[in-house]
Amino acid sequence: MSIKLPIYMDYHATTPVDPRVVQAMLPYFTEHFGNAASRNHPFGWEAEEAVDKARKQVADLIGANAKEIVFTSGATESDNLAIKGVAEMYREKGNHIITCVTEHKAVIDTCKRLEKDGYRVTYLPVQKNGLISLDDLRAAITDKTILISIMTANNEIGVIQPIAEIGAIAKEKGILFHTDGVQAVGKVPFNVNDLKVDLVAISAHKMYGPKGVGALYVRRRNPRVLLAPQIDGGGHERGMRSGTLNVPGIVGFGQAAELCRQEMVSDTARLLALRERLNQKLHTGLDEIYINGTMEHRLPHNLNISFAYVEGESLLMGINDVAVSSGSACTSASLEPSYVLKALGAGDDLAHSSIRFGLGRWTTEAEVDYVADKLITVVTRLREMSPLYELAKEGVDLSTMQWVVH
Amino acid sequence: MAYSNKVIDHYENPRNVGSLPKEDPNVGTGLVGAPECGDVMKLQVKVNPETGVIDDAKFKTFGCGSAIASSSLATEWLKGKTVDEALAIKNTDIVTELSLPPVKIHCSVLAEDAIKAAISDYKKKQGSASAGVVDKAQPSA
Repeated sequence: MSIKLPIYMDYHATTPVDPRVVQAMLPYFTEHFGNAASRNHPFGWEAEEAVDKARKQVADLIGANAKEIVFTSGATESDNLAIKGVAEMYREKGNHIITCVTEHKAVIDTCKRLEKDGYRVTYLPVQKNGLISLDDLRAAITDKTILISIMTANNEIGVIQPIAEIGAIAKEKGILFHTDGVQAVGKVPFNVNDLKVDLVAISAHKMYGPKGVGALYVRRRNPRVLLAPQIDGGGHERGMRSGTLNVPGIVGFGQAAELCRQEMVSDTARLLALRERLNQKLHTGLDEIYINGTMEHRLPHNLNISFAYVEGESLLMGINDVAVSSGSACTSASLEPSYVLKALGAGDDLAHSSIRFGLGRWTTEAEVDYVADKLITVVTRLREMSPLYELAKEGVDLSTMQWVVH
Repeated sequence: MAYSNKVIDHYENPRNVGSLPKEDPNVGTGLVGAPECGDVMKLQVKVNPETGVIDDAKFKTFGCGSAIASSSLATEWLKGKTVDEALAIKNTDIVTELSLPPVKIHCSVLAEDAIKAAISDYKKKQGSASAGVVDKAQPSA
């Protein structure tokens, strides 16, 4: 079987739009172009009907009521609305927020902004497996805590946090619980009532839908969550998010959500098998490779591996017909390795040597084999020219060496 | 990011990868950089004691494509040069030859440091470390 290069294996960054989603969207650009807020003619009614259907499709994916879905421009906006909206609305009640060091920047930087405005934020550490400790969470809660924001699955290492347990703690303490569900929703079972979450940020383009559309789940009952809107205007989305609705995008989001719901079981089984095949091949072909984050609680399509003694950017250069992400950000002037991997306690050298593989709906066995073989060849070649590999093979403990740091 | 053709050529066909016997009195070894910074270079020169000319040069580099190319190019340039000529190689020469972008200038600086460290090590072995060369601290096990 021939394979088409370059190979896309970066499904955590974004996904192609499923052709069935495109088909569903197309009429809403031209034929049914109405404004969903136009209440007095059929163009508006058609658009509103389509949005209502999509709202139900998205709600069904997470076990919610359609009225609890607020459409946004994407998950970054959803995270901002959830966190800033709660902070502003519940200011009288308290000013403390708990989140975690490995959150996406949409959460971390939103919290940092709130700190400037006088809120107090606790950034929980993670254990070596990438998960927070529930004891740390309990210890961080104060009578001023108004919100806990912990992501469901991490975008780099794919580990899934104990959301149901966190939800139970939040409920017991009467604290609202927001989760950035971007990487998990549509990929693994997710039910807002089972997990006891109050707010969930979702993105369409991570689940084979279009870019530029997302949603925030906002619980309406037990408790009813109130949000201070962050965008003012025509009062769309029950006043929580003004702005004309992106009807074609929302229709596509709905269709994508429905497909994810219908195909989750078969997609998961297929992706798990492919992920294991990739993992096995790499472990057979190479020594001294390390998986970042627990394999026990992890997205089925994620693998994040550090290849000791080779540097991430040179590794990516050697596999330039494969689209993956590196934990090393050597291309930026800062030379900072991934803050997520650093938080796991991996040495900076291993953080610099990591690759994130994101498999998806169109990943094939032939592609997995090609990527594994190519990596084995390139890593072997780079290790032959790595002074660190040579020293390690001579029995030198690299961690005890005195380096001349620039 | 886009690499220049010369960087890609050195990355794909690195010159003089390998190691020289570091106990040899005519071999100077420089090891610079740090794993946590994402680049470590080992550069070695073998000097002909009769002529003072560098007969052979080898490198091993942990780092990005530009770091590999900078050290590969350095070994090419070192061969056939006297020790003093080698010390005249500047990082800016490497930047120009490889068309390195600003964010990769540190790779060329590291290569220049590696040359100086290797030659300093050689001179130290020859008992002439007082020749005015700044001795770069060597990583030690």
